[in-house]
Formats: sequence, C-alpha cells, structure tokens
Amino acid sequence: MPARNVDRTKRIIMPFDTIITALKGRFADLATSEFRDNRRVVVAPAQLFDVLKSLQEEHGFDLLFEMTAADYLKYPNAVDRFGVVYGLLNTVTGERVFVKTVLNEPDLTLPSAFSLWKGADWLEREIYDMYGILFDGHPDLRRILMPEAFAGHPLRKDYPLRGRGERHNFPVITRANS
Amino acid sequence: MALAIPDFMLAKLDPLANWVRANSLWPMPFATACCGIELMATGASKHDIARFGAEVMRFSPRQCDLMIVAGRVVMKMLPVLQRIWMQMPEPKWCISMGACASSGGVFDTYAVVQGVDRFIPVDMYVPGCPPRPEQLIQSILDLQDKIRASGTLQGTEFEQRIEHQGPLPNADVPADVVTAPGDYKKSRRVSLN
Amino acid sequence: MPLEALDTLPDGPEKDYLWTLNFGPQHPATHTTLRLILTLDGETVVKAVPDIGFLHSGFEKLGEDLDFNQYVTIVDRMNYISPIANEIAWHHVVEKLMGIDLTPRCKYIRTILAELARISDHLLCTGAQALDLGAFTAFLYGFQQREVIYDIYETISGQRFHPSYTRVGGLLYDVTEEFVRKVRSFVQEFPATHADMCRLLNRNRIFVERTQGIGVLSKELAINLSCTGPIARASGVVRDLRKDEPYLAYGELQNTFKVICATDGDSYTRYLVRMEEMLESLKIIAAAIENLPAGAVNVDVDSKVVFPAQTSVYRTIESMIQHFELVMPNRQWTPPLDEVYGAIESPNGELGFYIVSDGTGVAYRARTRPPSYIHFATFPYLIEGHQLSDVVAVLGSLNIIAAELDR
Repeated sequence: MPARNVDRTKRIIMPFDTIITALKGRFADLATSEFRDNRRVVVAPAQLFDVLKSLQEEHGFDLLFEMTAADYLKYPNAVDRFGVVYGLLNTVTGERVFVKTVLNEPDLTLPSAFSLWKGADWLEREIYDMYGILFDGHPDLRRILMPEAFAGHPLRKDYPLRGRGERHNFPVITRANS
Repeated sequence: MALAIPDFMLAKLDPLANWVRANSLWPMPFATACCGIELMATGASKHDIARFGAEVMRFSPRQCDLMIVAGRVVMKMLPVLQRIWMQMPEPKWCISMGACASSGGVFDTYAVVQGVDRFIPVDMYVPGCPPRPEQLIQSILDLQDKIRASGTLQGTEFEQRIEHQGPLPNADVPADVVTAPGDYKKSRRVSLN
Repeated sequence: MPLEALDTLPDGPEKDYLWTLNFGPQHPATHTTLRLILTLDGETVVKAVPDIGFLHSGFEKLGEDLDFNQYVTIVDRMNYISPIANEIAWHHVVEKLMGIDLTPRCKYIRTILAELARISDHLLCTGAQALDLGAFTAFLYGFQQREVIYDIYETISGQRFHPSYTRVGGLLYDVTEEFVRKVRSFVQEFPATHADMCRLLNRNRIFVERTQGIGVLSKELAINLSCTGPIARASGVVRDLRKDEPYLAYGELQNTFKVICATDGDSYTRYLVRMEEMLESLKIIAAAIENLPAGAVNVDVDSKVVFPAQTSVYRTIESMIQHFELVMPNRQWTPPLDEVYGAIESPNGELGFYIVSDGTGVAYRARTRPPSYIHFATFPYLIEGHQLSDVVAVLGSLNIIAAELDR
C-alpha cells in the first residue's frame, strides 16, 4: 500500500479573521472568543442553522468532528442553562472552528444539523438522551444509550451521580427459579 | 496388551458425576468490557486455559455450564444477562470476574449494577481490575475443587441455596419516594414528569 | 440511520417477504456488547438499525466527580484495547487547559507509549477481524506480541492492563533501563510477527474474498459521517493529527514516519492500512527510544501542578504544604475558567476531550469525542446491500470498542 506523499507545509490557510468578517457581515450580533487554539463563534439558536450552513458551504468546513452539550446549572456566574457546541473541521486546510449556542428552559429545541452532516445523527441523539435537548428535523430522535423506559437525563447537573435507584430495580433470580 | 479390567466396578455415582463435570467445564464468556480482553488473553497462547480443561468457549448458552461474567453489567444489559443465565442447562455455575462484575468496581454510577450477585447466583468471585489471567485460571481450579467436593448427581447442593443471598430491596417503601443515592434498600424507579 | 430505507419499498407481499434478525448483544462477533436489528431479504441486508448502550456506565458523569488525576483511571477503562492512548489524550487536554508544557523526556516517553498502544490496538483489531472470518492463527500471533506490550506496561507502572501511568504535568514514575531494554527488543522482534501475520492474511484467498469490496466507504461519505483515523485514511481522507497538529514529540519525529492512506475504502483496505501503520509506529518507537532525552520527567515543582518528590515532602515544609494543597479536594489545581477541546490521534481515530472548567481541580464537564461511537454510526451505510455473513467482516474492520462506544 503506497503512502501518498503530500507536502503538508504548503497549505493555504484562510485567515480566521476573514471568515469572521464574512460571517459578521451576514449575521448580526455574532460574538467570537478564543482560548488556546480553540476559536469560537457564539450564535443565537435562531441563527445557528444558517451559520452552520454558511460555514459548510462557503468556507469549506466539511467535517463535523464534535458536537456536545453542557449544563451550566451550577457553573459560577452562568446566565444560561445549556450550551451546545459544534466543532467543525476543514479537511483541506486542517482548520477548526467551534460554533456555540445557548439554550434555556422551557424551549429546548435546536434545528437539526442532519441535513448538513449525516454524522450529526447519533451525536444529536446522544445529546437528546443525556440532556433532553430536542432537535427539530432529526429523522429518528430516540434515546440511544439509556433504556427506552428510563426517565430523566443523566448528564444534567440536577441528576445525581449514583442515580435515583434505577440500577437496583430488577427482578432477582435465585437458584430455585433458575 | 491385556489390561486387568474387572468385570464390574462399584462406585458412588456422585463422585463420578463430579469428576466428569469438574474436568469438562464449558465456559460461556459473557464478556462485556476490559475483563473480556483478559479472558481472551487467558484463552490465547501464553496462558492457555486449555491446560485446565475449560477452553471450549461456546457462545450459545445452551451448550455451556459455566458462565464467566467478565466486565461491568449495566441497566440495559442486566435483563440480557438474566435471560442467558436462565437459558443455560443445569447444573451450571457462575464466575463473577473482576471488580465491576462483583461489586460495580470504580463505576459507582447511575447505570452500573453494583454486583451481578444481586440479581443472579454467583459461585466464585475473582478480584482485580481486571484480574490477571493467572487469577482467572486459579478461580476455575477452585471451582473445580468446589464441584468435586460438594456436587451431587441430582444437583441437590443447589437446593440448599434457594434463598437469594445478596441484598434485597425493601418492599414497604412507597413507590414515589426518592431516597439517597446509593441506598439500594429503599430506592425505587420514579417518574420525573 | 434514516428510516426511509423501508418506506421506499412497496407495501404488501414484497414487504412481508422481508424478515428481521436480531444480532447481539451477546454474540461472538460483536466481541463485546452491541446489538443490530437487521432487516433481511433472504440473506441480503436491506436495513440495519444498531442498538447501543449495553455498556453505558456513566463515564462522563464520573468525570464531573473525580479530579484530573483520579479520572485517568476511568478513561483507561474507556478503551480496553489500548488504554494508555486514552490516558495520554486526557492529560494532553488537561495540560492544554492549564497551559502546561511538558519536559522533553516526558514527551518522548508518552510518544513511545502512544505508539505501543497503537500497535497493540491494531494487533487485536486485525487479529480479531481474522478470527471472526475463521482464521484463528493470526489472532494467536497477534496476542503473543500484545503480551510483550503488556509486559512493558507492567514494567513501567505495575499494572499490565490499565497502567494509569500519566499524571498532570508528567508521569507516575520515570522509566527504568529495563523499559528501554524491553522496548528495544520489541522493536527488533516485532517485524517477524508482523510478517507472519501478513503472510497468513494478506493473500489468504478466503480472507481477501470475504473482505475485498465489502463495506465500501467513499471519501465524501467518510467526511460527511465525521470519520477519522484509519477508517477515514482507508477512504482517502489524508488526515493524521500526528502530522497536521503535532503534539508530544511528533513534531520532532516528523520525518521518521509516513501517513498511510488508501483509496478503496473497503474492509480489506482498512485491514491493510492498519497493518502498515504498525510498521510506521515501530519506526517512531525506534527513533524515539534511541533519542530519549535525559532530565526530569515531571515539570518543575514550582509550577504547583505536580507532586513534589516523596523525600522532600517528608523533609521540607514547602513541599509538604504543596503536597497537601494538591491532595485536598477543595484546593488542588486552579485552571482558567474556560472550555477547551483537544485531541490526539488515537489508534482508532481522533480521540478528543472537551473540558469545561469551573476553576477547580475537577472538570465541570468532561466530554469524550469517541471515535468508536462515530465510526459505528457509519455501519448502516456500509452494510446495506451486502450479505448477512458480511456483517462480521464489516464490524471487524471498524474496530468497535464497546466501552468507548457507550461510555
């Protein structure tokens, strides 16, 4: 199997600022932040889908490498309850960008990114399972890791680590009935 | 060469059955996690469980008489475990391999069953996270000893253990009471909505 | 998995003709615990719906309860085929969060261990893939070398399976001469085993017939489905974090290895990519062990992120205070109040952690980006239209690790 020789040093990296300027021209009130090498764009849920679509189609971020959520219930000085983070990667330039949005109860609905990336399918199901965030337009939004009959969303901060006793609630098989 | 075989032999059937059963254990590897890989290592060439007559791993429970629960068992898996245990023909034994299967191990979380012995009968516990292959082999040898020492043809040794030996949930707590996490005696599944 | 697949079929007798097969969760070819609900037309798979979660143990919830050093024992158990890769990934991200720069010696040792992990992972993956297709010997050969790698782990940490060897800012212990000797002898002896496995499988008629052209993943689909690692590289996605975003000592060892890529994207290609990657890993190990820098293995004690040496804890008050500060649950580390994502090229693909820090020594949110989870989502696309017996061939080539799949 011959390895393909690609000179990785000669990559044209589009400056992040141009992407931000282009996005800011199209979408109002777009916040950006940076920490270490993670560059983030913070958008409102209403604009999320359009920003993702624009990033995919116009700026070449073709791989959704990460999608996760966090519950900021006990976070110091947090204003919003949930945050959802999309990590996008441009497989040609190797550039990454994170798109973040925040959600509050009772409206825990986001547009599904399944139409842009098929890889979003299971990632969205997992977030629904763990946090109860709904994705509008997802083809098959069911629980994925927890049993169907399970009540509650385990990764929310108001769910205890050791659960509410679900793990002990099974019939017992003894030697007599086996 | 003529062997001096007598025309008939007298022996109790129990030791004969025990001898046969102890030396031909067919494990059913219920491998879920890390311990499953150590179970594979036990079966592979360096440790070679075949030296002790227990190498015939069969993935069909109908053909097995020793279940090795290797790895943590979680809420979604426990009904499967119980079903497979029920499908195994008598006489059957169970080895709980590793800390997770025996007690939940480091995973004291909402999803992990805190020891399979709460829900199915267990004969041998193997400590370790995961146990070394030598430990698993030792537990199989110990189980063979146990079968030789206490087995009967009719399986009457199992009749003495008709009561469940693990902790039991308490029956008189109302169903909607939420109790302290980890307190298995009073806990119940509750509806959040 | 889109459910339209069934809806496109006409109602009536054609649909009744299909039958459903439950595959797993306790099945020899699933290796661990996953379940597939297959809709079959005779022996052809029309649709596959994976059902997972049979090993969901609450890893991420535990990460919010244990501190940065304690949690390493848990991420170990997330990937039971190459545990040390997960440790390195976890502490790589924690150190990124805190802005710690490791010592050269630590970087090299971690690089060697990460590459040993890659070899042991690929050995089990290819061995088990062959085992599922009926070739037992290759599996035994692979496990023989895995035992050697286990032995190396045991030398450095005392545990052969889950070493829990990395710590914030360094390692549990420094390595010994014995480690260097064992790694050297592994580098010398491994190519023979590798050649044996290649001879057994590469041109094995049954193996090739059963894997070539099976489960083809196109480049577009691989990118769209978020694939990384050997699976993406077998489909022509030229991407390897060791080259693209060098971490640890990979920047300095850049010229010792190549990225293995292929374009066919079927099960056989994935097997070949893994086999070749082992040899590249071996080159990295050989270069790193010969250039192992001297010096300390932990970062400077004054940075207040590592434990002071035991003797100085007993003898000086400053060290005792620092030790106390690090072990008390209400003090510990003080990372910045921010969120960070970091990733390494694990044997299976991009293994990342997303840490939300609230300024304490315990992660507020410790999300794992699990390659197995993302790769298993491709399975319904890969198996559609193939035979029932190909399910095993495709599953084996994806290298699904159930603990990482379900966490």
